[in-house]
Amino acid sequence: MKEEIIIAGFGGQGVLSMGKILAYSAIMQDMEVTWMPSYGPEMRGGTANVCVIISDRKIGSPIVTKYDTAIVLNQQSLDKFENAVKPGGLLIYDPSGITREPVRKDIQICRIDAISHAAELGNAKVYNMVVLGAFLKMHPVVEQKNVRKGLEKSIPARYSDLIDLNEKAIAEGMKHVVSVNQI
Amino acid sequence: MAEKVLMKGNEAIAISAIRNGVDGYFGYPITPQSEVMETLMKEKPWETTGMVVLQAESEVSSINMVYGGASCGKKVMTSSSSPGISLMCEGISYMAGAELPCVVVDVMRGGPGLGTIQPSQGDYNQIVKGGGHGDYHNIVIAPASAQDMYDFVDWGFELAFKYRNPVVVLADGVIGQMMEKVEIHPPKPRMTDEEIRTKAPWATVGKPASRERNIITSLSLDSDTQEAFNRKLHAKYSEIQEKEVKFTEYMTEDAEYLFTAFGCSSRICEAAVDMLRAEGIKAGLLRPVTLFPFPYKEISRLASQVKSIMSIELNFGQMVEDVRLGAENKCPVGFYGRQGGNIYTPEEVAEEFRKFNNIK
Amino acid sequence: MNIEDIRKPENIVYRKPALLTDNIMHYCPGCSHGTVHKIVAEVIGEMGIQEKTIGICPVGCSVFAYNYIDIDWQEAAHGRAPALATATKRLCPDKYVFTYQGDGDLASIGTAEIIHACSRGENIVVIFINNGIYGMTGGQMAPTTLLGMKTSTTPYGRDAKLNGFPLKITEMLAALDGTAYITRQSVHTAPAARKAKNAIRKAFEYSDRNIGLSFVEIVSTCNSGWKLSPVAANKWMEENMFKEYPLGDIKDVLK
Repeated sequence: MKEEIIIAGFGGQGVLSMGKILAYSAIMQDMEVTWMPSYGPEMRGGTANVCVIISDRKIGSPIVTKYDTAIVLNQQSLDKFENAVKPGGLLIYDPSGITREPVRKDIQICRIDAISHAAELGNAKVYNMVVLGAFLKMHPVVEQKNVRKGLEKSIPARYSDLIDLNEKAIAEGMKHVVSVNQI
Repeated sequence: MAEKVLMKGNEAIAISAIRNGVDGYFGYPITPQSEVMETLMKEKPWETTGMVVLQAESEVSSINMVYGGASCGKKVMTSSSSPGISLMCEGISYMAGAELPCVVVDVMRGGPGLGTIQPSQGDYNQIVKGGGHGDYHNIVIAPASAQDMYDFVDWGFELAFKYRNPVVVLADGVIGQMMEKVEIHPPKPRMTDEEIRTKAPWATVGKPASRERNIITSLSLDSDTQEAFNRKLHAKYSEIQEKEVKFTEYMTEDAEYLFTAFGCSSRICEAAVDMLRAEGIKAGLLRPVTLFPFPYKEISRLASQVKSIMSIELNFGQMVEDVRLGAENKCPVGFYGRQGGNIYTPEEVAEEFRKFNNIK
Repeated sequence: MNIEDIRKPENIVYRKPALLTDNIMHYCPGCSHGTVHKIVAEVIGEMGIQEKTIGICPVGCSVFAYNYIDIDWQEAAHGRAPALATATKRLCPDKYVFTYQGDGDLASIGTAEIIHACSRGENIVVIFINNGIYGMTGGQMAPTTLLGMKTSTTPYGRDAKLNGFPLKITEMLAALDGTAYITRQSVHTAPAARKAKNAIRKAFEYSDRNIGLSFVEIVSTCNSGWKLSPVAANKWMEENMFKEYPLGDIKDVLK
């Protein structure tokens, strides 16, 4: 099993930490991971992206150009990564971040209105966890209990009271993700 | 059981330093390696192991703090990225000349000059062939994963003390910035004063009446003395070349074609080998883990076996010169590189391989 | 009294300090380095801290100081001695650590290192020999060279328009919060040398009290570089150097 995922959006949307929690969850499931961010000035308020690879064997190249899954949270990221999804792959997007719908017919496309669901939970910061839930619903690469462990490892001890909220946000994402096409 | 932690290569350097009994870290911020000092400052090891961590006013100062600490027989280190390493080369030369152990981590970025802050392997010649003035070698080890970053700190100090020589961990922006699973081993204590006196009898720790004074210096104004010293250094480097070469091989047993690559490039080549193998092309990879000493013999052996060798590097062809020396004209040696922070993909490497070898 | 009587311990009024080695000094006759070395050796000996002292040599005439004082030494790259001393003291906090630097080393190429060591308040001693010239490389202009002073790179005299002004680095360092004791001395007469010795001893004592950096400047002669006899050099120093670099304590946080 090997899943190559690109997560992309604006700095501040929690792209990097979503990737980190996903990667940590996979480690808790005894899998190999790489988490490779874009870094540098473009990170300061611009577009941020991180490539996470999860595999049950040693990972060679951390640099890939085609992804099993693209999670895109703004228009630039959709433009950049829609065509980078492997045929038969998955694209998840947040409708409030884009002005043009994805057009590919050979991949599965899913929508998650993460902003509204995060707002309903009363904490906009769990936005990225709603998105992660959507992904885990579509591609359950890690088990629920390991996601919990991944959260525990990733969230600093002083915020440990937020773990339940994050888990709830993931559950919301799982519940509300919508498939917009059929391949 | 070893604890498994998700961390960046740069963080792994810092955590490893604390857990492997390093006495001091002296550094200066520069992208893409600033997480090393940031992690150390966050961890506050001076409250636990007593490790000293200090932000210096420049890379020039950091390496000279390392010089001072190493003179006391302490395990001391610094880290930087390419432009900062250039500034440190004066100090590294002095340390090679004074035969001082230390570990320097270079998380390479694009150059020359200010260059880019993206990954590169453009410092190969600088670090492997010298860097500072005079006739010396660094021991150079090239990590290819966050786990390597963690493990190479301890290995680096082992080599540094064994040979009383600077060791450079030659990493790059990919290895520094990427997070991976790292297995954390049980912590080792720092050396006691007694251990330092035994392990480093040359150290300047205060002169007791029982011995002559210890002098750490790289100065000798007498030509014959200097030449004799250079001979001694050269003999040391020959011994290192003889005993410390380390490399890994991937699918070389029946290989008809060989890639050579170090650091992050070796992992991309591994994926390219898999792709070519899937097409029925018997490709393999040799990854030098030590760059000085360099695995000339192993490349020579494989050069007799394969139809060609291709060196894949994030520069315009630096390690390839050593690969050619190793191949001894037994087979054609090709090169493919990218620059400025652009990184080849496995597909791109496979495509260049086909072009070089005229395989459609 | 015959020679044997004179040599009896009870008759000895002066002797070479125990920590000064028998190596013949390479310094020119009349140079201040020899006197300052002797004072440093005396202070370390009298304080009984030979086993706890680590010296850092500069690049310059005193590059070979390690041949003359019987303690552990590190030889630094040009200007970098305060960086070596910083790490040495922080890693070995129970030791006495001092640098011995000239004006080319400390006030020119090593300005960053000395300023930041002072600013961080490193608990070290810095002995700064200021003779207004580069001695070792053959008498070139130093940052501390006086206006009008002839050197091999200011053959017509230092011109402020061309070469800028003499750098009063000691006063600059006194302004930094990390310094504890800053003084300017000389060793051209016996009383001056006694004062300088007291200052150096105080600096070593302060460095053990974790109150910051102690800095002793010694305004010195370089008769070779100045092209003067030792006696004339002393006179020239009194008449010219002391005007630009007046002697005395500049800062003492315990006073």
